[in-house]
Amino acid sequence: MAIKIQTKNLNFFYGTHQALLNNDLTVEENAITAVIGPSGCGKSTHLRVYNRIFELYREQRAEGEVLLDGQNILAADVDVLELRRRVGMIFQKPTPFPMSVFENVAYPLRLHYKLSRGELSDRVREALIGASLWDEVKDKLKASGLALSGGQQQRLCIARAIAVEPEVLLMDEPTSAIDPVATLKIEELMVTLKKQFTIVIVTHNMQQAARISDVTAFFYKGEIIETGATKQIFTNPRNRKTEEYITGRFG
Amino acid sequence: MKKKTIFFRKSADRLVRIASGLAVAVAVAVMFWIIFTVFRHGSAALKPSFFSNPSKPYGIPDGGIANALIGTVFITFGAAVLATPPALLGGICLSEYKEFRRFNATLRFAANVMMGMPSVIVGLFVYTSVVVPTGNFSGLAGSIALAIIMFPVIMRTTEDMLGMVPYALRESALALGLTRTRTTVQIVCRSARKGLLTGILLALSRVSGETAPLLFTALFADRWPWGYFNQPTANLPVLITEYSTNSPFAEMHRAGWGAALVVTVLVLAINVATRIIFREKKHGH
Repeated sequence: MAIKIQTKNLNFFYGTHQALLNNDLTVEENAITAVIGPSGCGKSTHLRVYNRIFELYREQRAEGEVLLDGQNILAADVDVLELRRRVGMIFQKPTPFPMSVFENVAYPLRLHYKLSRGELSDRVREALIGASLWDEVKDKLKASGLALSGGQQQRLCIARAIAVEPEVLLMDEPTSAIDPVATLKIEELMVTLKKQFTIVIVTHNMQQAARISDVTAFFYKGEIIETGATKQIFTNPRNRKTEEYITGRFG
Repeated sequence: MKKKTIFFRKSADRLVRIASGLAVAVAVAVMFWIIFTVFRHGSAALKPSFFSNPSKPYGIPDGGIANALIGTVFITFGAAVLATPPALLGGICLSEYKEFRRFNATLRFAANVMMGMPSVIVGLFVYTSVVVPTGNFSGLAGSIALAIIMFPVIMRTTEDMLGMVPYALRESALALGLTRTRTTVQIVCRSARKGLLTGILLALSRVSGETAPLLFTALFADRWPWGYFNQPTANLPVLITEYSTNSPFAEMHRAGWGAALVVTVLVLAINVATRIIFREKKHGH
């Protein structure tokens, strides 16, 4: 499989506190990479480097290289707006914008592309279909995005993210605030989406990682302890810490 | 370990509850007393001509408050128009652009000072810096004085309301490749829009009864307020002050009470409107 993202010697600092230590990670194209590990071990921090969203906070700093298709995205000359179009992100809590369902998807789309009215509504529909939300919202496109259920809101966020045609989708515990039935729906969706996108997901739910991911990376105290095919990590981990974690002895 | 007696804990609990209940009762009673007094004295003045006639010079019968009512609307709305844009921008800067640390610290300090400034001083300031140079009292000068009082209030509520918008919303907007300006204006301000409106309305209701700043700026005139930009402009607070302190005529005393009643009802209406807007926000959609 082709390599989509290659992280080399990534270190991350919150002020003087170092949160990531020499992370090396390879993310394969059109696969789901799960990032697991106990709370506070740097999983989200690692993910948040990939679209440079951490730069919103002044005291946060990343060192090292993150190569997206071979290009270092941490370089100063990288256009962050274009990077973030290419690398979308889904957050823990659904965050629909305070606008209609249609506008939630159309608004970012319009900022990145010049589209006629007809093209725009086509693209919005495709995105909503892609996020398996279309059937549920096609009659209430003008309703507020905030009026949808939690699971629907999260799929709206996914629709919004895939509408701008990204290459990578970062998911930071996308189902932790959502009920089990809706979670299942989103998991199925992810498996479909990986045909088109490269997905990196942070999850606290070990079963989720085992169910949907192809590759798993185990983080512990800011270090990547072990990476490998998900099947191997869950059935035959090489590292003792990994084994202790996946068997539930800590974390 | 020695056990505290349950009796002691329970009576302490009861004592605090009774004390706070009493405090609330006193505050509410005073409020109703005020409203009752204003209604009792003011209702005598209420008749159609009171609302349709302009005020008239001392001793001339059948004076109304129509000019002062319109003048007050002009002056307070003018103040809102002047104060709102800079106050919103200031609040946005404090809440969304925290990296301008020195600037924001200065802005916040200035706002705190302005917040605590006696309104009579604001009136004097506008008198020396606007009324004297232009050579005339005017409704506009009154608006400027009230705007100075409104500015820090609106800015504070703007900062607070924007601060209540979850960080995840900003992040998800930025993560879609939106610029910071777009995120701030279209996403953050938009989701806080009802709160922002509430702040403006509350500031409006706060200044709508201010008297001292208007005495030095808008002053008063027994004519219609069409000379807002360059002539003394009638307004309710100054009318109340004039009629109740300077006039020997019983009819004017009554009219003063009537005007007080109108101001009270206006302020009450704005507050109720604010409540309704904010309640809608909470239940949403």
